[in-house]
Amino acid sequence: MRRTLLIAALLLALPWLAATQGQAQTAPAAPGRNPISAEELELQSALRGGVVDGRVSIPNPQAAVLIQPEGRDWRAFHNVTLAWVGGIAVLGMLGVLVLYHLVHGTTRIAGGRSGSTILRFPTIERANHWMVATSFVVLALSGLNLTFGRHVLLPLLGPEAFAALSQWGKYAHNFLAFPFTLGIVVMLLLWVKDNLPTWVDWEWLKAGGGLFGGAHPPAERFNAGQKLMFWITVLGGGVVAATGFLLLFPFAATDIAGMQLSHMLHSILAVLMIAVILGHIYIGTLGVEGAWDAMSTGEVDVNWALQHHRLWAEAQLARERAEAAAAPGAVHAGAAD
Amino acid sequence: MARMKFLCDSDRCIECNACVTACKNEHEVPWGINRRRVVTINDGRPGERSISMACMHCTDAPCAAVCPVSCFYTTADAIVLHDKDLCIGCGYCFYACPFGAPQYPRVGNFGSRGKMDKCTFCAGGPQQDNTRAEYIQYGSNRIAEGKLPLCAEMCSTKALLAGDGEIIATIYRERVQRRGYGSGAWGWRTAYRETVSI
Repeated sequence: MRRTLLIAALLLALPWLAATQGQAQTAPAAPGRNPISAEELELQSALRGGVVDGRVSIPNPQAAVLIQPEGRDWRAFHNVTLAWVGGIAVLGMLGVLVLYHLVHGTTRIAGGRSGSTILRFPTIERANHWMVATSFVVLALSGLNLTFGRHVLLPLLGPEAFAALSQWGKYAHNFLAFPFTLGIVVMLLLWVKDNLPTWVDWEWLKAGGGLFGGAHPPAERFNAGQKLMFWITVLGGGVVAATGFLLLFPFAATDIAGMQLSHMLHSILAVLMIAVILGHIYIGTLGVEGAWDAMSTGEVDVNWALQHHRLWAEAQLARERAEAAAAPGAVHAGAAD
Repeated sequence: MARMKFLCDSDRCIECNACVTACKNEHEVPWGINRRRVVTINDGRPGERSISMACMHCTDAPCAAVCPVSCFYTTADAIVLHDKDLCIGCGYCFYACPFGAPQYPRVGNFGSRGKMDKCTFCAGGPQQDNTRAEYIQYGSNRIAEGKLPLCAEMCSTKALLAGDGEIIATIYRERVQRRGYGSGAWGWRTAYRETVSI
């Protein structure tokens, strides 16, 4: 309705424009009858980023949009902006990680493994982490395929195989949205209390997280970097999930402009998150010795815990000692000391 | 080779929807899909115009530019067609198209959408011309039979013109000069980056 009014207002201002365009408006315009020039209407709509719409007699209100020039902006976003931002973010992060690893190498456990372990992530937290992680990897690869696949995979696989792969990728992308979203919600509930910012994080950030040498700053259960990772995952993942659902149900909640905007938010946030997660994967595997144990068995070496999460580890060890003292004779496997 | 275009003379279109019906019948287009539609702007007010709109077979087509599986191709007559065997139903062509031409058989079905369907300028698809397989996927191939699109051929007021861009522009130009007015070629600036100069 608003658009229609806009166009009506526009039309009132149009006659002189149309007349100057050298259109064949030779017949005198009757009073109250506005000559409508298709070119002008289109041009003005394009300049305003507006649509030309009207009424249709078929039972599909979306079909009433005659021309939507925003399609051009979306095309430029998808083919140029997204391709460059995504390419630089993902390849750039890979390059940075390779460079860091070549220069710095794996961060070893200070003093080596102690041999005794401490529980870091119980089963429920690990299971949820891996549900989010596996769905994220498939979502990321199938998503990247939609933007980069035709440049990278299509020449390698040929049209038929590539189309089949992309088709399955799309189904996977649609359905894995659900475990991913569930996992993000569970993750928020499980870990939010340990991810609220404190002054310890400030000190950690000032010391650069011990990333570039120097003394390893103290940290609680999650250090500032992990807290950032948590909030990027929960908030970024939340927005990506919400916009994804808008695209999953076309016209359920938005019109075409809303879907274009959803796609822009969805894809830009997603490629940035992929870059961040690449860093997360590196730290959890090659980057830090002993970190992998936290998410595989859930039990980390005590020396690793004291090195990377001293405040948390000391509190845990003190608690276990207190429990052991309260129940004499009961020896817990894995309990330190 | 001709450069095929559509031109709707909105000063002649009477919104009879015969083009829509002809198209649906000729190609046995399923329920819920309209390859062509008639949009009335300023309905009931001064300056009311009806425009028959379908895929305009754009120069530098946006659908082809954004397709993740590159399933679009342009014929020697500059008709924009697509391969339904490759289409994954992602909906990107619909986001990019300025004319709302791409249609999907399962719009509400959980984003799976199905294979995209749109106006073929009555030129079928990549299958062998005028075969059963081509008809089921894309509808009839009148171009291969030497005929023009049925929507324009059936148009009772000859508002909708389809054919070589030069020829239909000339027809339109002559009309405008004779009757003394014309509101222009709808969609031409967007689709072909040019207008009909009178």
